[in-house]
Formats: sequence, C-alpha cells, structure tokens
Amino acid sequence: MTTSTPGSAPVVELRDVSKAYAGDVHALRGVSLTVCAGELLAIVGPSGSGKSTMLNVIGTLDPPTVGTVRVAGYDVGGLSDAQLSALRSRHIGFVFQHFHLAAGRDAIDNVADGLLYAGVPRKERRARARAALERVRLGHRLDHRPAELSGGEKQRVAIARGLVGEPDLLLADEPTGALDTASGEVVMELLHELNAGGTTICVITHDHEIAGSLPRQVRFRDGEIVADSGAKEAKEAKEAREAQQGKQGKQGKQAQQGKQAQEAQQGKQAQEAQQGKQAQQVRSR
Amino acid sequence: MSRPKRQSAPTGGLPPLKPSRLSPRDILGLGAVGLRARRARVVLSALGIAIGIATMVAVVGLSQSSKSDLLAQLDRLGTNLLTVEAGKDALGQEVRLPKSAVAMVERIGPVQHATATGNVDAKIRRSDVVPEERTAGVTTQAARTDLLTALGTHVAKGTWLNEGNERLPVTVLGSVAAQRLGITEPGGKIMMNDEYVVVIGILGPVELVPTLDCVALVGFPAAERYFRFDGHPSMIFERSADAAVEDVRAVLARTVSPGAEGSAKVSRPSDALAAKAATDKGLTTLMLGLGAVALLVGGVGVANTMVISVLERRQEIGLRRAIGATKNAIRLQFLTESLLLSAIGGATGAVLGAAATYGFALAQGWTAVIPPWSLAGGLAATLLIGVLAGLYPAVRASRLHPTVALNAI
Ligand SMILES: Nc1ncnc2c1ncn2[C@@H]1O[C@H](COP(=O)(O)OP(=O)(O)OP(=O)(O)O)[C@@H](O)[C@H]1O
Ligand SMILES: [Mg+2]
Repeated sequence: MTTSTPGSAPVVELRDVSKAYAGDVHALRGVSLTVCAGELLAIVGPSGSGKSTMLNVIGTLDPPTVGTVRVAGYDVGGLSDAQLSALRSRHIGFVFQHFHLAAGRDAIDNVADGLLYAGVPRKERRARARAALERVRLGHRLDHRPAELSGGEKQRVAIARGLVGEPDLLLADEPTGALDTASGEVVMELLHELNAGGTTICVITHDHEIAGSLPRQVRFRDGEIVADSGAKEAKEAKEAREAQQGKQGKQGKQAQQGKQAQEAQQGKQAQEAQQGKQAQQVRSR
Repeated sequence: MSRPKRQSAPTGGLPPLKPSRLSPRDILGLGAVGLRARRARVVLSALGIAIGIATMVAVVGLSQSSKSDLLAQLDRLGTNLLTVEAGKDALGQEVRLPKSAVAMVERIGPVQHATATGNVDAKIRRSDVVPEERTAGVTTQAARTDLLTALGTHVAKGTWLNEGNERLPVTVLGSVAAQRLGITEPGGKIMMNDEYVVVIGILGPVELVPTLDCVALVGFPAAERYFRFDGHPSMIFERSADAAVEDVRAVLARTVSPGAEGSAKVSRPSDALAAKAATDKGLTTLMLGLGAVALLVGGVGVANTMVISVLERRQEIGLRRAIGATKNAIRLQFLTESLLLSAIGGATGAVLGAAATYGFALAQGWTAVIPPWSLAGGLAATLLIGVLAGLYPAVRASRLHPTVALNAI
C-alpha cells in the first residue's frame, strides 16, 4: 500500500446511486460521493436514513438499483459475482458493529481468515495475522478465543481481520456501536492510526464526538446526502489535479498542498459548527 | 439472483479480477470448521451413517465368512464321495443290494475306494431297566472297518472298529446317538436287543453323511453273529478321482443292482453342503436391504444437520462473502462439511462392521472374511450420500444474499 495524501486518485466513486427495496422503500436517492485515497470520513445521519445501505453498496455486497459505483477504479456494475468477490478479497476490508468473529477459533485464526480468499498460503496468512494483531496492540492475546476477549478487544481483532489484507478501503459500520466509551476511544484511535498509515476509511457512527473528530463528515437524511464537509474540498482537489496535468508537476503539487492545508482548517471550523447543530437535533429528538 | 451473470468482464486497464483457488488443505479446514463447533450433533448424525455401513459390512462379511467356511469344509471333505442306497422296486418291494456290491463297485475303473454299511434289526436301550419300545431314536448299523477312511473323519473319543474287534459285541456311537443315550465317555455298556454291548468309541459329527450321527455301529461279523444280520449292505460309499465322478455316477446304479437299477438311489453328499453355501443368499439380500434403509435414514439425518447448520451460520456465510468468498467457495465449504460428516460415519461403520464380523466369526469358529469390495462399496455409498445430502444445503448457503446473511439474527 502506498502512502498517499488526501486528494490523490479516488478509491470510491458513487454517481447518482439509488437503491430501492421491495415495498417502495427508497433507501438511497441519487447519491453521489467521491472518496479519495487516504481519506477518513464519517457517515452520520438518523436511523434508517440509508447509511448502511450505502456502505453495503460501496462494499459491493449489494448492487445499486441505478447509478454507477467505482471502487479502486473498477466499475462494479460490470463485474460478475466471482469478480466482485475477488475485488472484496483484495481491495476492501469490513468491520461490523457485532464483530462477526468465529467463536471456536482463536484471534490468529480469525484474523488469518481475512486472507483466506485472497490466495495467500496458510503460513503467510498466519504470519501476517500475527503482525496485524500486533498492529492493533493485541500481541498478547494471539491465542485467545472471542469468549476470552473484552468487547473492545474483539472489535480490535475484527479490525485486524479487516486490515490484514492491506485493503485500499476499510468500511466500518458503527464499529463502536456495541462498545463502552473507553473501548470506543481505543478503536477510534486505532482507525486514526491506520489512516495516518495510508488506509482509506469510511466509518458510520451515531456518536457526534467521534464524527466531529474525523476530517470529513457526510450527513444522510432519507436516503440523500444533505451535507458533506469534504465535497467542496474534493472537487477543488480534483480541479487542481487536472490543472496540474497541464502545468509543471512540482509547482502545481506544492500549490495544491498549500491550498489543502488552508481548506482543512476551514473544514474543521465547518465541522464544529455542524457539531453544534447535531447536538441540537439530538436534544430535539 | 438479481444481477445478470457476466464472465470476466473487462476491467478497463486495471489488473483482471480473478478469484483465487483454495488449496485442498484449506477446503478441508473449512469443512471441519462447522464440525468442530458442534461435536454432539456431529456424533449423532454420523451415527446414522455408521449404523447403515456397519450393517452392510457385517452382513457381507458374515455371509462371506460362513460361505468360505463351508467351501473350506467341502475342500477338506472332498466332493468325490458318492453313495448308493437300496431302494424299492416298481411293486414297492424292498430291493436288497448284493453282498458283493462293494467288490463290484471297486471294479469300476476310476473308483479308488468303496465301503458299506448295512441296516441291522437291533433295538437299542440304555440298559435292561428301560423297556424295549423306548429306543431313543437310535438305530443299529453294521459298518466295514474302512468306513471312516472313506468319509474322511475320525472318532472323537475311544477307538474305531478294526479287524481285532469287529467280531466282538462292541459298538461305536454317532455323536447324536451318544448324546441321546447319555453317554459321554467310551467304556460303558448299552443293550442291543438282549445283548450287552461295550461302547468303545464315539464319533464326531459326520459332516458329509449326517444320518450316521444317530446310529450305533457294529462290525459286520459281529452283526451277523449276534443280531442275525444277513450281510447285505444297505448303503455303499465310494470315492473316485474328481474328474471321473460323473462317469462313475452314470454306471453306479447299474453296477450294484443289475436289472433293478431304477431302484438304487445314487447321491453326492457334498451337494447338500454346496447348496447350503448358496442358500444364504436370500437372507443376505434382506439384511443388505435393511442396511441400505439404515443408510438412507442416516443420509436424511446428515441432510437435516446440514440444513440446520446453514440456517444457524448465516452470519458466518455473510461474513465470508464480505471477506471475499465466492458462491463457489461457500458451496464447496458446505459440501466438504457434509462429505466429512458422512465419511466419519462411514469409517466408524466400517470399523464396527469389521469388528462385528470378527467377533461373530470367532464365536462360530470361522475364519473372518471381509471382502475389500464391501469396504470400497461402503466408502462409495458414504461419499455418494455425503454429496447428495450436502448438495441442497450447500446451494442454499451459496445463494444467501451477503447483506441479508450478515443481518440475520
Ligand atoms: N433488505 C431490505 N429490505 C427492505 N428494506 C430495507 C432493507 N434494508 C434496509 N431497508 C430499509 O432501507 C432504509 C435504510 O436502511 P439502512 O440500514 O441503510 O439505515 P441506516 O441509516 O443504516 O440506519 P441505522 O442507523 O439504524 O443503522 C430503512 O428504511 C430500512 O428499513
Ligand atoms: Mg445501519
């Protein structure tokens, strides 16, 4: 995995994506979203607003009803089920609210399973699982079974399983939803660390504090994106990249980076403003 | 599924997406995952298969063991013994064989050995206290001293008739006769008509001619002297070269009673044993059928276990799909699990069936024979059942939608 700054090639591109379920349920209505390599974004919104649906569409677990989805450069709509599986095994990692660990198997086995379908030989799977567990600071719990781990430790095992294949994209659906505040903080700290190491991460969360601490927030309501703190940024970054292609590489890049730093500052202020709004919403609910 | 199936769509300059193959070892490991987690259920559903396979292996093993025992017995006793019995003529009159019958038979070319017994009219009692009417179903026959050689048997206890004692009032009892008279050791006396006769030997079971088990045998001269025996043989025993048995058979009746050959009854005692070796077939088939039914029920049990396993493990299936398992990989996992489950049952059944065969054969004094084809057949049946029982659950598992499976409770 190459370390990249936000603003490089997009990892996720949704264009006018809608998802309808039987019974006239429109879980997503014309959603467009671009996530670039190295981003760490929070997806927030009320219950039933379509967050999980979008994450499943991004993760190629669920096809959209209309619209195009690109993940790691691949146009997902044109791929067979086997190709989608291969895409998931090599480019996408998942973390779920309820961990989904195998009860009878120890931490190493659980994490090593994350490489099983990517064609990695058994020995290497175990070695890399050990390294991944050390990365989530569970080096001392390698042979513990899920029943012998705390909730936070279980989620860290699940994260290790999600990242052991070094995916381009880590998708986490309420990873702290089943954890107490302290464990949740450890998990978020870990996600920040992984992101600093270059992993692109999308996190669904109901926790405003957590959402506020992430560089970009995407807000959902009734299947639509109603606010995206990074949309302008991403658009501008794209324009800068296109401009850069014509001009001298080095100058353009420096200019772009300077601009980003400025924008990041602006983004933070916007976030704080949003946080206040969110707090209000919660009270009113 | 909602999405049309497309094979290897172009990926626009990016490296092609091709799912990796699982190694055989990984496939086995995947199949064992579900079994390890639910041991009690595995044991119970494998038991059904085990009972079916055990029944079939044991039935085949036992019928083969008994058959091979009979064949070994035939081998030991030979199939070249023919007997001729005096019969009745067209008018229902008893036709006696001539006194020279044995000598005449011995003159037939391929005949190697001939001997005879004769019916003696002497009532047998345990002692003079027992009334003469109660003969315990034991009859008296005169025997030539070379009878046992022709039959290929020996006395179980005591001695046989010989030139020295064949004129004396001594007798050798058949095994059943001795039992009926309550005699276990030679040396005692029984009554024949009004004579006390000393028991000098007891025969073992005569496998080829079981009628000899129920008689008391005395020498020809003694029978003539003490019981007014006329010296005419009533049954001739003859052995010839194996290849010539049919030729001898063709001329035997004519030889011993010229002119009345229709009355003499020629038979080949070994035919009865050979028939016995063949007659078990019906029972064996029935038992095999029962084993097949048990196997079928076992297969249904495995299918049931697999369906439940798939239902319970929807979340695991969803997770595996999320981490990159193809539908094929899921199908393969559950098919392997089903195969392993029935293979465990099959292997246990084969061991149980073989053990039962050994135990029963040991108790019967047979050599245990477990034909390799029965084990191979059991294995094939096991694998077939594993596939059939696992196919439907495996296909169902592979068709589960990943998100629905993940959200299943
Ligand atoms: N398989 C399905 N069939 C029908 N409707 C569905 C299905 N899955 C989700 N929905 C509906 O789609 C809408 C969006 O669901 P989604 O799970 O994306 O919400 P969410 O934002 O993740 O909510 P939460 O925060 O509670 O997890 C909901 O109204 C839900 O009832
Ligand atoms: Mg959700």
